[in-house]
This record gives sequence, C-alpha cells and structure tokens, in this order.
Amino acid sequence: MKEIYLDYNATTPVDPRVVEAMIPYLKEHFHNPSSVYSGAKETKKAIEEAREKIASLIGASPKEIIFTGGGSEADNHAIKGVAFAFQEKGKHIITSSIEHHAVLHACQFLEKIGFEVTYLPVDKYGIVHPHSLRKAIRDDTILVTIMMANNEIGTIEPIKELAEVTHEKNVLFHTDAVQAVGKIPVNVKELGVDLLSLSAHKFYGPKGVGALYIRRGVKIHPLIHGGGQERGRRAGTENVAGIVGAGKAAEIAMEEMEEEERKIRPLRDRLERELVKRIPEVIVNGHPEKRLYNTLNICVKYIEGEGMLALLDFYGISASSGSACTSGSLEPSHVLLAIGLPHEIAHGSLRFSFGKYNTDEDVDKVIEVLPGIVERLRAMSPFWREKHEH
Amino acid sequence: MLEYSEKVIEEFMNPKNMGKIEDADGIGKVGNPVCGDVMWIYIKVKDNRIVDIKFQTFGCVAAIATSSKVTQLVMGKTVEEALRITNKAVAEALDGLPPIKMHCSLLAEEGIKAAIEDYMKKQKHKKNKKGGKK
Ligand SMILES: Cc1ncc(COP(=O)(O)O)c(C=O)c1O
Ligand code: FES
Repeated sequence: MKEIYLDYNATTPVDPRVVEAMIPYLKEHFHNPSSVYSGAKETKKAIEEAREKIASLIGASPKEIIFTGGGSEADNHAIKGVAFAFQEKGKHIITSSIEHHAVLHACQFLEKIGFEVTYLPVDKYGIVHPHSLRKAIRDDTILVTIMMANNEIGTIEPIKELAEVTHEKNVLFHTDAVQAVGKIPVNVKELGVDLLSLSAHKFYGPKGVGALYIRRGVKIHPLIHGGGQERGRRAGTENVAGIVGAGKAAEIAMEEMEEEERKIRPLRDRLERELVKRIPEVIVNGHPEKRLYNTLNICVKYIEGEGMLALLDFYGISASSGSACTSGSLEPSHVLLAIGLPHEIAHGSLRFSFGKYNTDEDVDKVIEVLPGIVERLRAMSPFWREKHEH
Repeated sequence: MLEYSEKVIEEFMNPKNMGKIEDADGIGKVGNPVCGDVMWIYIKVKDNRIVDIKFQTFGCVAAIATSSKVTQLVMGKTVEEALRITNKAVAEALDGLPPIKMHCSLLAEEGIKAAIEDYMKKQKHKKNKKGGKK
C-alpha cells in the first residue's frame, strides 16, 4: 500500500536534488574542513556556499549564520547562550505557553538554576499579544523568545510587533522559526529579530542540521565548547554533507516557495472544508487566516486521537495527534490546553500537515475514510451515545 | 506510534461486546485519573452468572482493546470469579501492553468491579424492598 504522508510538520522527505548535492561530500569530498591540504579547501568552500544560501533565504548576512545540529540545538543555543552571557544584567526570560519543547524545556532548565521565566498566555487562536508582552517585560528581562509559527496548530505570531515591543525596552528577541523557514517568506531584517532558529529537515533538507541566526553585535555564549569551528561559536567538525544539503534545500525553497504555497494551500483548504462538512462536531484549531497554509489541526469531539491515528494508519495515512495517549506524557498537548480547549476535547485532536509531494488524491482518500473512522469510534464512545441517544 | 502487540491491534480493530444494555443489572462507570479516559460497563446477571456484558469506552487504542478483552474474559463467569479479574490478566491475554499503557488496563479491571458492585447494591436494595413488604 502506498503511504499517504500528511505529517510534513514532523519532518519532510529529502528532496532528491538535495540528496544529489550531498553525495559528493559523503564520498570524494570527505576532508575535514579545518585541515590545511588542498582536499580540505573544497569542503570548506562548500560550507561557506551553504552558509550564503541559508543567509539569503532569511535575509541575513553569511557571517550571522552558524550551523547547528538541528532546530533544538539552535533554540538551546539562543536561550542558554543569551542567559549565560547576560546573567549579570538580569535573570528574567519571557516566552509563550505554546512553544516547542526545545524552547520550553530549555527555559525550565534555566529556572532550575536560578533564572525566572514568564510564560505568556495566548488567545483562543494561539496568538501572543504584544500588549501582554509589554506588561511582562521587567528591568531584569534579558531575552524574549517567541516562535514564529506553531508546529501543532500552524498559528503565525506577530513577530515584527513583538520584536518592536521587546526592543523598546532594550531586550534581545529570539524566534524559533523552525516551522516557518522554507514555508513562508522570512526576513530577519524586516522582522527585526536578534536571533532566529531554523531546521533543514522541515524544508526537504536532511535531519540533524539547523542554523542559528545571530545578528551582528549580539553577545552570546557558545553552547558547545571545543575547537574553533563556526568562528568559535559552535565547536565540532562540521557535518559537511548535512550542511551542503541544508544549503541546497534553502536554495530550492527560495525558488519554489511561492509555487508550493499555490499548490498546497488549496489541498489543505479542501480537506478542511470537506471534513467540517462531513463530520459533525469538529473544531478547527489555530487562527483562521494567520496560519501556515499547510497545517490543519482539528478536534473531533467525543473520541480520542490515538484510535483515529491507528485506523488512519491502517489505510496507509500518516498523520499526528496532540492527544495525551500518543505523547508518552499522558497529558494532552500543552498547545491545545493553552488555547483553552478542555482535556477531553484536546484528546480528540488530529493534525494533517501537507507538503509538496501531496496530491488531490491524498485529500480524496482522507475524505473517504475519516468519516467512517470517526463513526466507528464514536459508536464506542459513552459520551457520543449519551449526547445523541437522548 | 506506540509499539502494540498484534493481539492489541487485532482486538482494537475488531472489538467485541461494544455497546449498551438497556435493562442492565449493573453499570460500572469508571474514569482514569491519569489520562482522563472513561469506560462504562453494563452487565446482565442470571443465577449469579454474567450472561451478557457490553462496554463503551472513550480512550486510547489500549483502552479499547482491554475493554473488549475483559468483556470476553468475564462473560459466563460467576460474579465471584469475575471479581478476581486483574488488569495484569487482561494485559497478558493481549500479549502485554507497552509500560506506559499499563494504566489503561486498570480501567478494564475497575470497570468490571464497579459494574458488579452496582449489581450487588441493586440486589440488596431489591431484597430490602421485598423484606419491607412482608
Ligand atoms: C517549532 C519547532 N521548534 C523546534 C523543533 C526542533 O527541531 P529539530 O527537530 O531540528 O531539533 C521543531 C521540530 O520538531 C519545531 O517544530
Ligand atoms: S491513555 Fe488513557 S486509557 Fe490509555
């Protein structure tokens, strides 16, 4: 059975052109970029070319980009790096309650070692409001970190406004743009951010490679100490093939992003429309407009996400859920709780996230099978029966 | 997704005894405080034996599979035998559950026990009523 992959926010398949670009750096160009012989020149040059491509994707200058081992490392670097560099000035950090765990858990770690963190609430669409940020900034605030687009519900935050408010008080602003970069236009200068995280595997690049944008002049400590790679900011022999792949993926994203949106948005919109029409009591999560064009997050009332995922999987459809039962933590998604959903509704969440290899047939298939799956599980649900038999 | 045994998946895909008994002799309604999931069990008892049993579950794959399994395990058993069922026995009958899903099988054990308790309470009530008339 052919898999229908609808989980592009989790990860994307590597674009075949990216694979092609990477192969020479796994084969003949294996040299350590820090070495002095001529063979190493090619690997060094390849890294710098990739850096230019990443920089130009987000409107930065190449010197402002450092490569990391993924989005989580970039987030950790930004947050801990600023915290350690500015702890003399203050120990207060502001973030939101819907961040990825890479940000939330880094903040919680800092709390354990004496920092204070404010977790800003969001509205029912998942938006962080600039006025609530303004009220939270204190004299000892050293960093504000708010994601650009949420991975679960797709809501796009007003980063430009949030960064402005932050800068009024002379505080640094970081954004986790892992879900935004490669999908929508991102320009660090226009947004006015000081730090930005991205990850290649979310835009058809390899896993385990990301980058952190550090605006020129921003003081930050390294996260990984060792050799002098990345101008002393991130030690360790570079993941050359991965970095080349990230660069190639950035180049493709630059050229094809608009075309992808034109193709993907109608697929997502049609799925949303049809599911809402065909399945009673479904809630669509996230902001109606300020939302990633590829993301559809719904809650199907009276049933639970894991069962739906298992049955979808039976038909070859790969999706995800913010239900407790699938997370391993037994708590439903913190994002769904933060937008105000009660536990039992958050349990019934399903996320479909589209990408450039999806087709109309994929949407047809979900529309065909999901209503039946829901009916089947609802037939077992005490809540559904209670509501509809009396 | 979590690693479930083939039996768990099979049971989840083809659950038995799903639904409601309108004139049940006992109803057990239990909730799982850990994850918020809920199971309702209905029983019919005749001559101290469980002659019919149905479940309704709002819960994960493991909760549905263990609901279905437990109804089959206690069907035809005496009330005393049914009270001895444990969540471990239910999980074992499904070739085990992933460790973090063991709590789901608690619903099955507690659901049966609650249904039997409800049945016994109702019996007592009936007896008392009868006694009162005499
Ligand atoms: C918003 C967000 N931040 C950070 C990450 C972590 O990125 P990575 O998987 O590259 O470590 C992800 C992806 O899972 C994400 O969606
Ligand atoms: S996770 Fe709730 S019953 Fe399984």
